[in-house]
Amino acid sequence: MKIIHFTSLSVAAFTASIQLCAAADAIKPTQAEFVMKASFMDRGQAKVDRLNQDETQRLCSQYPEKRPPEVARRIEALNMKLMKYPADGKLLGDWKEGEKIAQSGVGKQFSDNPALPAGGNCYACHQLTKVEISFGNIGPSLYNYGKLRGNTEPIQKYTYGKIYNAEAYSACTNMPRFGHSGILTEEQIKHVTALLLDPNSPVNN
Amino acid sequence: MQYFKRTILAISIVAASLTGALVASTSSAQGSSGDATIKEIEKYRQALGDGNPAELWEARGEGIWKKPRGPKNASFEQCDIGLGPGKVKGAYAVLPKYFADTDKVEDLESRLVTCMVILQGYKYEDAKKSPFGSPERKSDIEALVAYVTSESRGMKMNVTINHPKEKEAFEIGKTMFFHRGGPHDFGCVTCHGADNQRIRLQDLPNLTKKEPAQRAYTSWPAYRVSQGEVRSFQWRLFDCFRQQRFPELEFTSQGSIALTTYLAKNANGGVLTAPSIKR
Repeated sequence: MKIIHFTSLSVAAFTASIQLCAAADAIKPTQAEFVMKASFMDRGQAKVDRLNQDETQRLCSQYPEKRPPEVARRIEALNMKLMKYPADGKLLGDWKEGEKIAQSGVGKQFSDNPALPAGGNCYACHQLTKVEISFGNIGPSLYNYGKLRGNTEPIQKYTYGKIYNAEAYSACTNMPRFGHSGILTEEQIKHVTALLLDPNSPVNN
Repeated sequence: MQYFKRTILAISIVAASLTGALVASTSSAQGSSGDATIKEIEKYRQALGDGNPAELWEARGEGIWKKPRGPKNASFEQCDIGLGPGKVKGAYAVLPKYFADTDKVEDLESRLVTCMVILQGYKYEDAKKSPFGSPERKSDIEALVAYVTSESRGMKMNVTINHPKEKEAFEIGKTMFFHRGGPHDFGCVTCHGADNQRIRLQDLPNLTKKEPAQRAYTSWPAYRVSQGEVRSFQWRLFDCFRQQRFPELEFTSQGSIALTTYLAKNANGGVLTAPSIKR
């Protein structure tokens, strides 16, 4: 009994020392966060509370390049849990509207009018069509996205979900969580999904 | 006037030929950023550099530097921006650094504000009131920045991280670089953490790697053709954070200097080309 007691005490001490180490490691980001918050000012729609991180942002900042597989799985699982699909069950909108959303980089900056709808700015990072040659390369080319994958229900669901919350599929992706974070509305995401999947969309022609 | 006409003509000719080259190279190599494109962009930059209007800011800045002003009617000529009072040549290459008189790590812009307060007698709020200029209202700070940095052109970046506060600034700056937040989950690292990335057609330097970090940092401040102004490094950070969907980075705040310290240290050994000229 005494031995067990001793063991549990030393385990407790060991655990405490691990926690102390963890606390010491955590001092730097905490102080940095304090300095960071003091260095920004609310402006327009962009308030200082935008510097506060949710668990996904915190973990991705902590592991910017490689992360333990269990951390990646955790991020994907917690974001998958937050996934929301349209109540009406329809996932495809109008690809023409989707193209406008893909072109527009407006939204959420302090210089933007918050009353206007935000864009998805897809072309900033992706190639989408043959016509638009001004595209970025942070994300993969999506030209022929639907042609290569088909327009089946599981593909529609995956595509809508990827735009709604890409962290559910790929931990610490550079892609914003357009639906989860309220950048695009449900209707707008349907339009962008159609841009990618509609056989008549310039993405697939 | 003729000078401007010549510059604008040169810019538009090069821009036109650049667009042609881009169309050609994009259609021949779908998706991959061809060497031909990069070469054409390099030619464009060289042509722009032939007539850099930043010279006008440099001249105006030198005038402001030497002119007695403020409640104490003093010039900047006794201002210590890193190498001792009145020493301008090469000073930008050692910034940011720790200054004993303020017990702070300071960058060039914050040091100019410090001298306006201590030497010239301005109120702190007034000294930092107009950090970024517009065609209607020019900024003295941007002119001073252009002058001071031009006096380090051709020199190698040589930031030292020795003082505990310099170490602290570097670490805070590094954390800020990797801090992802806001509605888009963006951090500096989103755009500047990998090689050969572009937003639309704009190249993004990988600031975690020595060579591109040196090339990027040493080209600021710069005359921005699209804005018609010389922009300081403080402006560069301010506008990056705007596009990152963050709130407004306060001019010369501790965080802004910390991030500058991190980026400047990563650029050590790079040769200063600033004030340069950019699109």
